This record gives sequence, structure tokens and C-alpha cells, in this order.
Amino acid sequence: MTPAENTAPPDYPDVRWQTAWRELGCRLPGVQSVFEASVAQSLERLTEPQLHGLLGVGRRLGQLGRGADPVIAWLTHWPAVVDLIGAEVLDDVLALVQFLHKSPNSAAIAPLIGSLVTAARRLASTEGVRQYLSLLQAFTQQTTGSIHGRQQTQPSPGLLPLLAQAPRLLQQLSMAGLRRWVLHGARVHSQHPPQQVAYFSLQSPDSLAIFQRERHGTLLVDVQRQLGMTQQALWQSDLPLVPLTGDDAAMARMTPALQVDVLGLPDVLEDVNGVTGLGRYRLMLLHAMAHRHLSSTCIADNWSPAQRLAVEWFEDARIDRWLLARWPGLRSDMLTLLPPVQEGECDDRTHACLCHRLALWNRAVLDPAFAVKQPVLHDFVKRFEHALAEPGGGTRDMATLALSFVARTRCAGDVLPNVFFAGSLIDWRDDNRHLWLYIEDGDEEDTHSPRRRDAEPELHSLPPRLYPEWDHISQSERPDWVKVYEYLHPSGQASEIDRLTAQHSGLTRRLARVLDQLKPQGRQRLRRLEQGSELDLDLAQQAWIDWRSGHTPDERVQQHWRPHERDVSVQLVLDLSASLAERIPGTDQTVLQVSQAAVALLAWALDRLGDPLAIGGFHSNTRQDVRYMHLKGFEEAWGEEAKARLAAVSPAFSTRTGTALRHASLTLLQRRSPRKLLLLLTDGEPSDVDVSDPDYLTQDARQVVRQLQAQGVFVWCIQLHPAHEANVRSVFGEHYTLVKDLQQLPQTLAGLFLRLTR
Amino acid sequence: MSELITQEPLYLLQGQEVALYQAAYAARLPVMLKGPTGCGKSRFVEHMAWKLGKPLITVACNEDMTASDLVGRYLLDAQGSRWVDGPLTRAARTGAICYLDEVVEARQDTTVVIHALTDHRRALPIDKKGETVQAHPDFQLVISYNPGYQSLMKDLKPSTKQRFVAFEFDYPETAQEVAILQGETGIDTERARKLVQLAHSARNLKGHGLVEGVSTRLLVYAAQLMAQGVAPQAACRMALVRPITDDADIRQSLDHAIDALWG
Repeated sequence: MTPAENTAPPDYPDVRWQTAWRELGCRLPGVQSVFEASVAQSLERLTEPQLHGLLGVGRRLGQLGRGADPVIAWLTHWPAVVDLIGAEVLDDVLALVQFLHKSPNSAAIAPLIGSLVTAARRLASTEGVRQYLSLLQAFTQQTTGSIHGRQQTQPSPGLLPLLAQAPRLLQQLSMAGLRRWVLHGARVHSQHPPQQVAYFSLQSPDSLAIFQRERHGTLLVDVQRQLGMTQQALWQSDLPLVPLTGDDAAMARMTPALQVDVLGLPDVLEDVNGVTGLGRYRLMLLHAMAHRHLSSTCIADNWSPAQRLAVEWFEDARIDRWLLARWPGLRSDMLTLLPPVQEGECDDRTHACLCHRLALWNRAVLDPAFAVKQPVLHDFVKRFEHALAEPGGGTRDMATLALSFVARTRCAGDVLPNVFFAGSLIDWRDDNRHLWLYIEDGDEEDTHSPRRRDAEPELHSLPPRLYPEWDHISQSERPDWVKVYEYLHPSGQASEIDRLTAQHSGLTRRLARVLDQLKPQGRQRLRRLEQGSELDLDLAQQAWIDWRSGHTPDERVQQHWRPHERDVSVQLVLDLSASLAERIPGTDQTVLQVSQAAVALLAWALDRLGDPLAIGGFHSNTRQDVRYMHLKGFEEAWGEEAKARLAAVSPAFSTRTGTALRHASLTLLQRRSPRKLLLLLTDGEPSDVDVSDPDYLTQDARQVVRQLQAQGVFVWCIQLHPAHEANVRSVFGEHYTLVKDLQQLPQTLAGLFLRLTR
Repeated sequence: MSELITQEPLYLLQGQEVALYQAAYAARLPVMLKGPTGCGKSRFVEHMAWKLGKPLITVACNEDMTASDLVGRYLLDAQGSRWVDGPLTRAARTGAICYLDEVVEARQDTTVVIHALTDHRRALPIDKKGETVQAHPDFQLVISYNPGYQSLMKDLKPSTKQRFVAFEFDYPETAQEVAILQGETGIDTERARKLVQLAHSARNLKGHGLVEGVSTRLLVYAAQLMAQGVAPQAACRMALVRPITDDADIRQSLDHAIDALWG
């Protein structure tokens, strides 16, 4: 703090400074020093009206009564914004500042002004920045809390974290992507301040997942399979490719890392000078794989850092030359990505130039159009070519050459603390960690045997599987939104099921008769064939008579017998939510018992028919815990084990139908049967305790049903509760059966199946 | 379909197969050829028929083929019905080599008709005519199939399998495949070598999304296109990639391999 502050007005010798200070008219602590630091530049670069805008708004910000921070931020950042896109957005900025000032969010004014520079730089247009401002305004309105819905009193919990993340967001998302990310968070977490903070500070997994989806550039996950194919095709290897994620937004470049059992690649790559992200991934992959096949490990301890650096450059150049010899088509991409280093860029009196020399040499050996003039570098280019021409050369030869390079080109400047790095990063090369072996890893005392891992706890269920969920408001999927745990259902008493089915013995007998008729038996006669297996006597006679009487006979007089086939896979999904435990009015049976009997009958019928049937049940307790219980698999017989599992089902929790259908359809879709049928037995509508929008899960289920139908699965719902008819109709269209009399469920189900598959 | 092959079909010896086949023919043993599509099975049979100077009757099997298509059927004519021999019967009567190509494609109940021909009886009963055709002393049965698409549905019955002596074929060695390409199309060694290198890349993907690798036959097609003046990249895409896959990822990886190779 300068002593002049808050006492007397400063006395500047420059009259323009004096005028400016008077126009700003702000005596708040800290403002004066910022004014002094920036005024000279502002006077020089801003036009007269722009200068008045800067100082006038500064004055008004000082008078808001929100301390010095808004003024300081304004004086610091606004001139840069004007430099980038002009002052046209001034009114919009003021409107938003005014809006924040009148809401409980005034603390966000200074951070908002701070974020404008990045916005102006990335969006690069007045219109873009306007959109950014209006997005912030909409967000603030949506998230600012109010009591009894009348007056806004609680500041928006997400606004400050959002503004803190703004530089990173703006750098990596397009405006449209940013809008989707922000509005999604505002909608989903509007009622939950801590979750909102976690989302907007980019800490919660949802937030990162959606951020990842909206990023521009080529995501590794999108091309992973294709790169795996390339690896398999060209190298016959299937090293896993894993994304390296950088927490630091400023880390614009991430280096691939090859390890023994895994290859790490940047999680996202943008196009560079016309080389696509995929093209860059391919070069990285090929380079790393060539290392894996051609390079041998060197012992690092005996060489200085400079020597190791040179060895890496020489070995990398050898690898790239090998790639080029084998796949000459890579040359254009490589040359585009190769930094255009030129001789004389680095002054060896002020900088250490070893990296520069290596980069020059490297360019000379990779780029045939580039010749290096320094005789010593030229000499090493020749020696390198010579070494390449020798058969059987390897990493060792390169190391020898590299050590000699360091010795021969050494100069006094190499010890200078300023190192010239420009042009020494080659885009596709990895960090060469696989090249080095450090013998003396550390002190003896510190070494200890690798931590003995405790015995892995035995797995009782499969690890959770993540599924997306359809968000009907944004018309997009929320990625990795729901966790599904699949269990093998515990067993109960199989005899229970037999007892339940015995109550329906009349139906069983009737069904048995129908099934025998349905069973694929006998053969189908195909008549009127030109080339069948035998003559059809009736037709042959007819044709012969025609012939004899001078008519043109029909040539299709053969017939053929084709055996009957029946090939349909059925997946039955049971809703096991809590409501199933209710008693059916007027009887001593619960809905569950009737459902069990119906399912048992259906399973028995299908087993008799020989149609493969799988049965699964589900319930959910929030999106983090959807449970899918395996009761019977397609290849499993309808025997004691499956019956025992069905006998033990117990209703609990809620109904997340869409997710259950997604999970159940996985195995169904893999079946080879030409016809696939998915039956859902439910007594309610989709709902869960963590979802407040009543329409959300219904729309999700509807989306799943549509997707499945598009993939050739016939989806049918059996609704046990008449009250939900409207809902089930909106999800399944006309593909549903409403069971009015629950006692009749076994008949209805069996009849339905026969009707659908006949 | 049945003819004496007058011109020598180009066939490069991979091992002992010619001598072994001659021995099998001398004993009139039925022969089974196994190997991936387009690796030279049919060419080998043609070559052997030429070498032995026997007529060759080839039947391409398919799912809709019935036993009548092999044995024969009654047709109508002005006098009434008339029996017409199928290719198998004709070969058995005339002493030709009958070659059933891709025999697993035919239904299992169809292939059973060859049983009596392939054991000591060497006879073909034609139940519709009530006749049993005794095979000509020169008759031999050869079948081929590709174990690659062996599935539950498409496999030979064990009782069928164990009536044959078998030859296992695979794609030729690099140098030999280069020589085949040059012999068939006359392209230069450099380009032939690159084509073979590409084929190896694609064959590495077998089982990783590709059902079948690139066959020698497809390589010949690519070389023929190049001989017509088509640019190598376009020829390879057209002959080696587009036919074998509809998977976008595989297609792009192979396209990339092509671009990288031809530069």
C-alpha cells in the first residue's frame, strides 16, 4: 500500500495521468497501485472513447460498495479484452454486473471480469462473448436460491467454482459444448448445493464425463478400437492403450509413455496443421510399437543427462527412419509435424544449444529437403546414414554414435543455465522411459520388497457396469450415469415353485396339448419348384397332359421337403420393486406369488418347446445401485437350480426400468436367433428415489425400447396394475398387455407368448 | 462342367502335396482339402486333374442344394418322365474326379449320399430309380472345406469326415506368394512384395474382427487391377479391404496401412 492512499490525491507530473486519475475517482485501497501499473499502457493503446469507457466504468464499480476487487479486476483485464475484440460488449458486461450486484451473487463480479480475457481470446468475437455472458446470467438465475420462492437470498453455489474453472472450460470446449455442460449441471444439481459445487469445480465423475464428451479434438476412447486394430494388423500385438489424463489444463501437450504392459496415450488430440488427431495417434502408436520391437534397454547410470538426451534422440531417429523405410506413406505426416528448426536460431553465447543441435541434426536425417550446413552436424548425418546401412545395427550403435556426438559438438555455452528448447519436442515421440535401466535405484535402506498385496476379497458379484441414461430435456444421453450390479440370485426352495405350479395343473394340461402342436415336427412341402428333390406327381401329370394336348406345360413340376425350424430367444425381465409384496385384494396371495407361478409356467412351457429363455429380475436404489439378478440363463435348463432362484426372489426398492432393459438386452442381442423377444413383467411405472422429474425415467425407458426395436428386438410389456396404463402405453406403444385379473396372470402370460411366437 | 484340362494351371509346389496326392489317387482314396478361402485348394485340384489326365467335375455346394442336385432327378419330356444323372452320378459312371467345393455349405443330410461311394463299396445307390451305380475304376471323390467357419451348424458329420485322407492348406510363404503374384499377373517384385506385406497385416486381424484374412486370390485381383493401370492405393482398397470387411474401424486401420505402405 502506498502512503499516498486514502490521504491526499496523488500528484502526477503527466497531465494525462492526472486527468485519468480524476476520472476514475476511486480511493479504495490497492486501486492506485494497479492504476499506476496499467495507465501508461491504456493511454497508449486505447482510443479516447475506449479510455472513457474504462475509467467511467471503473468509477461506477468503485461506487457499488463491493470493495476494491471489482475495480482492480476491471483495470487489469478490460484493456486486454478491448485489445482482442474491441469495446462493443461493454454494455452487456455492465448489464450482467448490474444483475449480479442486485442478486446475492455480488462476490462473483471480480471473477467474472477476470474470466473475460480468456472468453475474448477463445471465442474471438463480440457475439461469442455475448453468448458467454448470457449463459452466465441464465445459470445464475437458475441456481440462485430463494426462500419460499419469493426473494432470492442464497448465492448461487456453483457460480464461483464455475468462474474459477472458466479458463479451462473455454479452452477445451466450444461455446455450444460449454452451454450444454453448464445447463446440464444447473438442471441436475439445482437442489443440492454441495453436489453443485463438486460439479462446477470439475470434481465429480459426472461432471468430468460430460466435460469429456463435449471436448473438441479426437478422443482416445473414440479411436481406441481402431488403433487396436492397427496394432494387431501391423505388429500382431494387443498391448492395452490407456488414456493419460492431465489434471493441469495448461499442460497442452502430453507425451506418450510406453511401459512393459501398457501404452499410455494422451486422452485427446486436436488436429495440427492438417494432420488429424487420429493421424497423430497413429504415429505415436507406430513409433512406440517400433521401439518395443527394435530398441534394447541401456543402463543409465554411467551416462550424464546430456549423453542420455543424445542417445534418446539418436535412437528415436533410427526408429523413425525404420518406420519410413517400411511405410513411406508416413513421411508427409511426419514432416508436417516436425518442428521447422533452422540453423542460427539459437545463440550459443546466451543459451545452452545442445537440444537445438540435436533438433537440427534430427531434421536433417528425417527431412530429405533439409540440409544442415555446420560441418560437424553434416558429418554426423553421414555417420548416421552409414550406421543405418550396416546390417544388424541396434540401440548400442546409436548410443556409441550419440556419445561421440556429445563429445564432438560440445561447446562452452552448454553449461549456461538458459537452455534453448524451442523445436525440440517431436509430436509423436514417447518419453523413452522404456529405454533406461537404473541400477542404483536408491539407498539400500530404502529398498524393500514390493508390498505384499492382501489376498483379494472374493468377488460375490461382477464389477458394476456403467450405462448411459436418456435425458429428454437436453435430448442427449448422460454418459456413464447408472451403475448396474449383476448378481446370481441366491437360492431358495425349488419345491415352492413346484407347489405354485401345481395349483395351475388344469392350465398345465391344456398348455401341454397346445405345445405339442406347436413343437417343430414334420416337414414342410414346397411345391411348384423347377428344381426340387422329386417329381410332384399331380403337377407332373397335369404338365404331361398339357404337353400332349399341345399346350405349354408348366415347368415347375418338382417338390421339396424342408424340415420345420423354430428359433426364437426370449428374455424375461421381472420388476422386483417393493410394490410386488402387496396382497391381491380378496385373496391370500401376493402379487409376487402369482408372478412366480406365471413365470414358472412360462419357463416350463418354453423348456418343453425347446426355445431358449433367460430370466432376470431388477430393482434399484438410486442410480448408483441398480441391481440385476440373474435367475436363469439362455443355455440353462429349467431345473432345480433355476427354480430355487426364482423361489427366493424378494421385492424391494424402486423401478429403474430403462436401465434394466439396457442390461438385459446385452445378452439377448448377442443371440444368433433370428427372432428375439424381450418380455417385461412389471406392476408399476419407472421411478426411483433420486429422480424428482416424474417424466424422466419414463422417457428413458421409451428411448431404450425404441433403440431395441431398431435393433430387431421385439419388446412387450405385461402390466399388472391397471392404474399405469397411460404410462405403459407411452413407453411401449401398443406393445403391452394389461392384466385385469391377477389370478389369470399365468393363463395370460402363456397365451401371450404363444400368440407372439406362433 | 466335366472336361479334360488341356492347359497346365499354374501351381507352385508348397511341399510334398503333389506326390502325396498321386499316391492317394493311385489307391483311389477319397481326398479332403482343408484351408482358408482363396489359398489355392481348387487350383490344386485342377492342377492334379491336369497332371493325371483325368476329367474334373466341380460342384459348388450351397445351403439349398439337395441330394437330387448331386445324384440326379426325373424330368418330363414328351414320352413321360426321363431320368437325368446329377454331376456325382455322371462322375461315378464316367470315371472323372468329382470335386465338391465348400462341402460344409450343403446340408448334412445331403452329404450323406456320398458315404457309399467313399468306402470299399465304391457304389452310388439311386433309390428313386432302384439302381446302384458301380463307380468307374478311375473315379475319385475330392471335397474341400474351410475350417475357419466351422460352427455347430456348419461342420461335417464325424462319420463323413473319417472317410477321407486330408491335406491341410494355408496361405503360401512370403517368397512363394510373391512368385505366384508375378506368375499370375506379371507385376514387378517390389509391388508384389508390398502386396504380400499388406496381406500379412490383414491376416493378423483374423479373429480380431475379421472372419477371414486376405486370400491369395484377392492379392491376384489387386495385382491385376494394378496391371490395368489402377493406382496401388485404389487397387488395394478395392480388392483387399472393401470385400472382406464392413467394420468401419477395421477398414480405416487397413486403409491407413495401405496409405503408409504406398506413400
